[in-house]
Amino acid sequence: MARTLVTGNHAAGHALAVAGEANRLARGCCGGAYPITPQTEIIEHLREFPFTKGYIVPVESEHSAMAVCIGASLAGARSFTASSANGLSYMTENVFTAGYYRLPIVMIGVNRTLGPPWNIWVDQGDTLALRDAAWLQFYCESHQDLVDTILVAFRVAEDHRVLLPALVAEDGFVLSHTQMIVDLPEQEPVDRYLPPCDVPHRVSFQHATAIGELTWPRETEKHRREIQTAMEAVPQVLAEALDEFERIFGRRPDGAFRAEHTEDAEVVLVACNTMARTLRRVVQARRDRGEKVGMVKAKLFRPFLRDQFLRAIGSARKVGVLDRNHSPGSGGIFWNEIATTLRARPNVLVQDYLIGLGGGDVTPKHIDEVFDDLLARQREQEPIWKEVAA
Amino acid sequence: MTTASANQCLRSDAVLRAGNTNCAGCGMSLGLQWLDQGLEGEKPVIVIPACCGIVTAGAFPTSAFGVPVIASVFASAPAVATGISVVRRLNGEDYPTVCWTGDGGTYDIGVATLSGAAERNEDIIYICYDNEIYGNTGGQRSSATPLGVRTTTTVSGKTERKKDMMAIMAGHRIPYAATLSLAHRDDFMRKIKKARRMKGFRFLLMLSPCPTGWKSEPTESVELIRYAVGCGLFPVYEVFDGVRYRINVRPDGTPLDEYLSRQRRYTAATIDKEVIESQIREQWAYLEAMERAFPAHKDE
Repeated sequence: MARTLVTGNHAAGHALAVAGEANRLARGCCGGAYPITPQTEIIEHLREFPFTKGYIVPVESEHSAMAVCIGASLAGARSFTASSANGLSYMTENVFTAGYYRLPIVMIGVNRTLGPPWNIWVDQGDTLALRDAAWLQFYCESHQDLVDTILVAFRVAEDHRVLLPALVAEDGFVLSHTQMIVDLPEQEPVDRYLPPCDVPHRVSFQHATAIGELTWPRETEKHRREIQTAMEAVPQVLAEALDEFERIFGRRPDGAFRAEHTEDAEVVLVACNTMARTLRRVVQARRDRGEKVGMVKAKLFRPFLRDQFLRAIGSARKVGVLDRNHSPGSGGIFWNEIATTLRARPNVLVQDYLIGLGGGDVTPKHIDEVFDDLLARQREQEPIWKEVAA
Repeated sequence: MTTASANQCLRSDAVLRAGNTNCAGCGMSLGLQWLDQGLEGEKPVIVIPACCGIVTAGAFPTSAFGVPVIASVFASAPAVATGISVVRRLNGEDYPTVCWTGDGGTYDIGVATLSGAAERNEDIIYICYDNEIYGNTGGQRSSATPLGVRTTTTVSGKTERKKDMMAIMAGHRIPYAATLSLAHRDDFMRKIKKARRMKGFRFLLMLSPCPTGWKSEPTESVELIRYAVGCGLFPVYEVFDGVRYRINVRPDGTPLDEYLSRQRRYTAATIDKEVIESQIREQWAYLEAMERAFPAHKDE
């Protein structure tokens, strides 16, 4: 292990590159690269990396970046790319194609506010808008979490029980452009961790098929159900991937949810990405004062593992959701999932807080105010706009 | 020819097999068979965007294509083919990577993707079957629709000229750009073989009759192309590296009306044959000048 001070983007670029290089004894690696703030350093890193059997195509748009990944994956290569915000929106048609084609592509989504108006700061609305695209979605809280999760994502995505693409999200600037000391995995253990990529339905002259041709409702329904079944295999495959990661790298990345102090917590807040780290500090301070509060870091958004979430919150009576995203006309997107999940616990109060939209800096003070509100709250109300940027 | 085509279609690994759903007289039916013959037994991987060409495959799980085909989204065929082509090269494989696309996917929605792949000189044979309309959606105008033509979105006749896609592709300085005539089999076959021997981005533009959209007789499809070439409306030529020109078939004095009068898409009151004829003269003056000034090498 090389402990190195690197930015989030450098860490992500490294993880993608060593994962790609690890497939050199199989059909190699290939992806498309197109710049957009704040992910650009990732694709710069990929373009510089001296792959033994790999090539990153500098394409003319995000739409084509994902199209190249689709072609490369259909030709049997390990494939990956990165994008942000409007780049992800522009790419969307092919994001769905990759999901529906069951291609184990890994994409880094560096969260950035969708424009217009133009805003380069963090907001999870860009990646969450892709939640229905048949991709796994991981949200990472730290540089180390990011590196480890990227490797785990390849392993889960390429497993034949899953065979779906995976998006790994990191916060723009807060993570992408800050530096932390990270254990950057070297090539050899990654070679051991990632088996050769085998896309079973890659183009073949033995079985010439027309991939993606016309289907009737009957086949389409079956196709969608197969994707749902693949999503349902994720808990088992992810657990195995984490076990194997721990065996090889000596540390265990977080799974779908990370519960902290929830065993006896009456009030639990849920957050993802770097906001979970700020939340952790607030929870610890309140715990030190004897308050029965806890937190859940939501890491895996697709599939959303309802059973695991219900276990994660323990016997909490109140659940607050910190949403750095907004679905107009509804509310926070994590809250939507969690409120649906909590139908199983009708006595639990669930309250949504829209906080840090457009990259507003969420500090411990803001989260303390949310805790105060939730502790005093007797009933739910519509999502609360918790403005932090004033 | 009919017998040869029929036999060829019966091969299970033919590019286009028997039992496909193409309309009678569709230019694709002949074009795909000639592509098969021109490749002389080599099996391509074909990327087809949203267009009639992918409907040709039929419905899952059967396919009218005897070679691997990938359906891409409308604008993405050259980018998907890029991924295929790169991985093929990384693995030391040498099958032709072909894009088979309509004019909507080439001239309109896919033009940025096409331009990107051409500029990067990706190792792809790109074939546009140009029927000068959005045929699959029932015949709407595209930027390939000629001046005066009636479509469902230009009911009184199109008021703009057809985009010169060959000039645009030549402007990318790609190794090879050529037009394909379905009425000139030897020339067509020679160009497929030539494109196959070359590396880099190769662009082939085939004027493709669409009896449904052109309101023409299916049995006259090949004759229509002969008239289009003969009257000069569809020049048959090739451009090397974007700069060296060779004209392959010159107009033979066929009156423009032979071509127009057999298609009810050319019945708008706004059709001005003199304007079209003057545009044809201009186009030929340009091509002749380019060939004189920048002739193709004898051996290419």
